[in-house]
Parts: sequence; C-alpha cells; structure tokens
Amino acid sequence: MNHTAVEHTATGMPNRKLGMWLFLASECMFFGALIATYLVYQGQSLVGPYPEDLFDIPLTTVSTFVLLMSSLAMVLAVSASQRRDMKATRLWLAVTAAMGLIFLGFQAYEYNHFIHAGLTLSVNLFGSTFYVLTGFHGAHVLIGVTWLVALLVHTLRPLDWERRALDIEIAGLYWHFVDVVWIVIFTVVYLLGVGG
Amino acid sequence: MATHHEVLQASRAGVFLPRPVSTTGFWSWVTTVDHKRIGIMYFFTSILFFLVGGIEALIIRTQLFAPDLKIVSADTFNQLFTMHGTTMVFLAVMPLSAAFFNYLLPLMLGARDVAFPRLNAFSYWMYLFGGIFINTGWFVNAAPAVGWFGYANLTSTTYTPGLATDYWTLGLQILGIGTLVSGFNFIVTILNMRAPGMSLMKMPVFLWTTLVTSFLIIFSFPSVTVGLILVTFDRLFNTNFFEVAANGDVVLWQHLFWIFGHPEVYILILPAMGIVSEILPTFARKPLFGYSVMVLSTMLIGFLGFGVWSHHMFTVGLGPVVNSIFSLATMAIAIPTGVKIFNWVSTLWGGSIRFKTPLIFALGFIFQFMIGGLSGVMHSSAPSNAQQQDTYFVVAHFHYVLIGGALFALFAGIYYWFPKVTGRLMNEKLGVINFILMFIGFNVTFFPMHFLGLMGMPRRIYTYDAALGLQFWNQVSTVGAFILAAGVTVFLVNFVISLARGEKAAADPWDARTLEWMTSNPPPVYNFAVTPVVSARDEFWARKYEGVAAKESAAALEEAKKHGIHIPGNSYFPIIMAAGITVFCYGLLYSGALAIAGLAVTILSFFGWAFEGVGGTIIYPEGDAR
Repeated sequence: MNHTAVEHTATGMPNRKLGMWLFLASECMFFGALIATYLVYQGQSLVGPYPEDLFDIPLTTVSTFVLLMSSLAMVLAVSASQRRDMKATRLWLAVTAAMGLIFLGFQAYEYNHFIHAGLTLSVNLFGSTFYVLTGFHGAHVLIGVTWLVALLVHTLRPLDWERRALDIEIAGLYWHFVDVVWIVIFTVVYLLGVGG
Repeated sequence: MATHHEVLQASRAGVFLPRPVSTTGFWSWVTTVDHKRIGIMYFFTSILFFLVGGIEALIIRTQLFAPDLKIVSADTFNQLFTMHGTTMVFLAVMPLSAAFFNYLLPLMLGARDVAFPRLNAFSYWMYLFGGIFINTGWFVNAAPAVGWFGYANLTSTTYTPGLATDYWTLGLQILGIGTLVSGFNFIVTILNMRAPGMSLMKMPVFLWTTLVTSFLIIFSFPSVTVGLILVTFDRLFNTNFFEVAANGDVVLWQHLFWIFGHPEVYILILPAMGIVSEILPTFARKPLFGYSVMVLSTMLIGFLGFGVWSHHMFTVGLGPVVNSIFSLATMAIAIPTGVKIFNWVSTLWGGSIRFKTPLIFALGFIFQFMIGGLSGVMHSSAPSNAQQQDTYFVVAHFHYVLIGGALFALFAGIYYWFPKVTGRLMNEKLGVINFILMFIGFNVTFFPMHFLGLMGMPRRIYTYDAALGLQFWNQVSTVGAFILAAGVTVFLVNFVISLARGEKAAADPWDARTLEWMTSNPPPVYNFAVTPVVSARDEFWARKYEGVAAKESAAALEEAKKHGIHIPGNSYFPIIMAAGITVFCYGLLYSGALAIAGLAVTILSFFGWAFEGVGGTIIYPEGDAR
C-alpha cells in the first residue's frame, strides 16, 4: 500500500487531489459570499472616501498582470515536475512565489495609500467590505506563497518524484484558484466598480 | 520486508515531534487516527453535550411550568435557550451523526480507514475544543444569549456588550472548521475508497445520505463562516457590516445565516434517514423498497435544500414574488420526502418483521418525522407562516423533526450497531422501556406546543401572564419533558449495564445485509484482512442467502498474512493544531500575545504535520479473519 506514493482509488483520482477540488468548491461559496456582500453594499456608503476617489486602475492592472503571469509560471513548475526536471521545477516554483510576493507588495502599497487617503475599516461600508474581501484574498495569496516556498525547500531533499509532482500539482490547483478569484474581484470591484 | 522497515523508520523522523507509537492507554487515544476510536470519542462527547443541552431544556421547561415563575431570570433564560439550541444542533446531533459516519463509513465501504486519518482526528479535536470554548461563557459569566441564529444587530457590541457573543461567534467558527474538514474527508472517502465492485448504485443508502450530507456541509458552511467573520469584524475591529447608522443591512445576516441554516436542517436529518434505511430492511428481512428512487430523492432534498432559505424570512418583507417562489420551492421538498416515507413503509410491507429495539425506534422515527414534516408543509405557505412565525408552533415543528425524527433514528442506530462496536447486545427489555418513555415523553412535551403556538404564545419568552390561558398546556409540556428525561435516563442505564454485562453478541446478531457485519465484533484495527470484492447491493445478505460466492482470492489473504497490513501512524499534530486554533480564539478575546502564541502553534504544527512522514505499524492478521 505504501510502496507507491499515489494510492489506488475507486475514481482513479488521488485522494489529496480530489480533496483539494472539494476544498476549492467550498472556497467558491466562501468568496461568493464575500463578493456578494461587497455587491450588496456597493454604493451604499454614507460618507467618503468612495471607490472612484481612490482606485488607480492602471496600477492595479499591473499587479493583476503579475498575478496572472504567476499562473503561467505555476503551470511551468507543474510541467517541469512531471518531466522530473528538478532544476526547472525549482526555478518556476521560485518565480511563482516571487510573483505572488510582488502582488502582495502592490496590495500593501495600495492599502497604505488608501489608509492615508482616509479609507479605514470603519470609516464607511466601502472600507469595511473592500478590506475584508481583498484582505481575505491577500491572505490566500500569502498562504500560497508560503506553501510554494515550503515545496521549494522540500525539493532540496531526496525526492520521491511521483509524490512530489502530485504535491506541486495540488498546490498549483490552489494557486490557479486564487488567481481566478482575483480576476473576479478585479472585474467586479475595480473595473465595474468605478463607472457604476 | 525492506519496505516495511523503511516505513517504520519514517515514523521516527518527524520534524518537531516523533510519531507516537503506543497502542494502548491515554496517549494512544489522544494521538489516535483510527476511525473506529475517533467514532467512539465522537459518540461519548456528543452524549455528554446532549445531556448538558437536555438539562438546559429541563430548566427552561421548569421555568415555564406556571405563569410568573422566577426560577431563572430573563437574562439566564436567554442564555439557556441560546445554548440549548446551539448545543443540540452543533454539539449533540451533528457530532452524534459524525460518530456513525466515522465508525461505519470505512466498514461499509470495505476500506481500512477514511481517506485522511489525521484530518479526521483534527475534526474531532476541533469539535471538542469548540464545544468547550463556546461553553466557557457559562464559567466567566458570559454565556451567549442571542438565540441560536444570532440575528444582527442583537449581536452588535451596542446590544450585547461583553464577551458572550464573541464566545458564540468564535466557538461556531472553531466547530465549523472541524465540520468542513470532515465534510471533505468523508466525500473523498466515499468516492475513492469503495471496495472493488461497489459502484455508486451498490452503496448502502447510509453512505448515500452521508455523501449528500457532506456536500451540504462543504457548500453551506462557508456562508455562515463569512457571516460570522463579518459579525466578528464588527465587534472587534469596528467595521460597519451590520451597523445600521452606517447604512449596514441587518437582513444580510439573515440571508448569510439561512443559506447555511436551511441546508443544516438536512445535514441533521439525512444521516438519520440513512440509518433508518439500513435498519428497516434488516428487520423486515427484505431489500429496501425503491433503492434508486431513495437515492434520487436524497439528492433532490439536498439540491432543493439550497433554494428554500428565505422561508425562514417570510415575515421580513421581501415581497410577494420572493415569498411565492420560496413557498413553492419549500412545498416541492415535500415530494422527495414523502417518497421516502412511502418507500420505508413499503419496505416493511410483506416483510417477516422482527420487533427488536432498533426497529421500534425506527418506526417511532417514521411516525414522528411525518408529523414534523406535515407541520413543515403548513409553514411553507407564506400567509399561514406569518401567523406561525416565532410562536411555539414552530418550536413544536422543529422538535418533531429533530427529536422525533433525527434523535429517534440515532437511538435506533445506537441499538443497532452497539453489538458491532462492543461485541455485546443492549438489553431489549430496557430498550423497550426506553422507547416507550421517550415516545410518550416526547409527544406529551411537544404536541401541546402546537396548541400553544396557535394560541399565540411567542417562543423565547421567559414567562407569561396567567390571564393568557397558556398555563395548562405549558404544564402538560413540562411534565412530558421530565418523562422524556426519564426515558433518556433509562437509555443511559441500559447503555452502562449492557456495556459491562450485556449478552455477548453473535457475529451477525441481526442477520444483517451490509459489509460492516462481515467483520468481527468489534472489528480488528485493520477492519478487513482482505479487501472485500462486492457484486451485490446487499453483499453480505447475497452471500448468505442468494448463493453469491466470495470473490476475494485466497492468495490475497496469504499475502496479507505474510507481508502484514499497514496501519496509519498515530500523530500528535491533529490535537496540537486544534489547540493552537482554540488558543488563538481565546487570545482574540483576552490578549494579543496569547493570540499570537496560538497562531504560532497552529502554523508550526502545520509544518510538523506536513513533514511528519508516513509512519505507521504493520499488523499481521491471524486465522481466516476477514
């Protein structure tokens, strides 16, 4: 049973991978509820600052682009691990994590800028909903970065490739999901939020 | 053998802590990842909380025995009904169902354990610690008092200052994480760990109801998780989500809560339906009537369960269109539910019925659940609902489905699987007395509440005026509650006596139908020496009476005897991580340093867990043990 790293299952999909898919399904409901809350309260703030006073679409477009490109790097890491190319796996894992960190840097800059412009958690509904939604997304990115770094460190140890490739693939599923959520947030909160 | 040696090596190579190796004694239970042991721990913990919730109920009923009693204050009364509801839903009935899931899932599937044994242990510890956390309020004069659905903005710091509401919100989060994790775990277990030949439509119905319940959990809990996060942020960080002065909308909480809260109702009842669907065929000695319709109606109930949450909000004023849609959707649920009742009755029809205690409780379930179902249909009509909202009629309704339905079925399950877990039978005579007292007590307590509700008695009031004419039925109800309590006491006595001196059970005491009865009582640690190969829906029955041959190869048994069976290693990390999260929550209430410490323990245990290695022990089965 333990001779092979990846167990035989009734569906053919490894347990951990199926577990991750289910977790992500559940996360859809989690972010769905947060985004719904944002939409319910959109335009309901009684005092400023309002989204149109603060959002810098070109800047956020750059950070969005970085995060989307990190998904490409993640794909390359998964592909390299499946080819058992240790060097390329490490490289692309590092690039993915670094891009995640750059995204978080943009977010930190944005938060700092917004707070100085008067948007706090408690000033109005926009502040409450914006920080909680993007904050929980940012926390997911941070967890993803930590995970990728841990995998990177782990590839320095003697390798069981079959198992490691699965580890990286599962982390990849998570990473892509977090990216997809950001696409929704960027569209709904930033792009559609300013005009309306 | 070399491989096994490596496995055991890995068991000593943890990052922070080694894999614990003891198989007996206190620490072997604390660190266990065995689904059977975890099931047993779920069972005893849930019975304990069930008794706590029951005592709270008895105090409530005593206070309502006569007009203007002052046995408890209004504030204490608020705490009592809040904690009674919260305890019974989250700490008694759900985890008692989880006890059955844990113990039975792998056995019914022909598997050795669940898909993620350590996560399974983690779920249990989150349950225990969450239960302790939420009850801490009693000891620091801060018991939650906002009702089990904690409507905003009663949960704001303006209306409930102090820590009581924080104990409630954070406690539910701890419990919620544990429940979500077991939801993922059970779905993967059922889909992935079925024995060869067990296609989905050959699974016992209990596995189907567990599967649907688990899907309900993973899709509904995130909604209340978000709702509780918003309340917690409002309370701790002054956000405005439910702050009316800042244009916050208190109805948003109701939506977030009931999108979880209604599926939760099915999370409570579906496992019970599964248990009854196992017991009836065994004691009628007939296959379940309409198996595939049963499966489809379970799925339909789960699906429709997500589209009816606003029937809890008919009096909010969402408008006639919304109310009509939710009315119709709610009525639609009566169809698959009714189908199930007819299927159960048809299963009994023409069977050679043996009236043992499990069957008697199952019959009680059908009768009482039907009454609760019918009053549910009455609520589904929005205009009629406006009359019943927040009266004792509603209290009568949901106790009929939760006690008369879920709890009676869970008791049926306890009597049915007791010999599987302990190797002994429960006393039949005491079992029947147990049933009669609970049946009478339950109906005498809750049937009069229909009348009280129609007479206009609102729920959650701590006393009432003599001139209202509510005294008689309240007294009847209180007497009934004590009869019900006597019934539960008889159960406890029966349980203890049977555990110590009960009649030794034969290998297959009920002449049962499904895989779990092919193992010894109690089953060996590895469940099945050789993974069974399934070719029929009621595999065990088919082998006994329909001439279906066992398909497991003799070579496989020899192989197991020669090379042994790998048992997952115990671990310290599930309990440590659960403790870390709980300490973090205490820290949020009392001290930032404590919160950081809790968070640090959680993160460190995450890494310890991830890099713990495979571990485990090798066990060599003896004889021709299956």
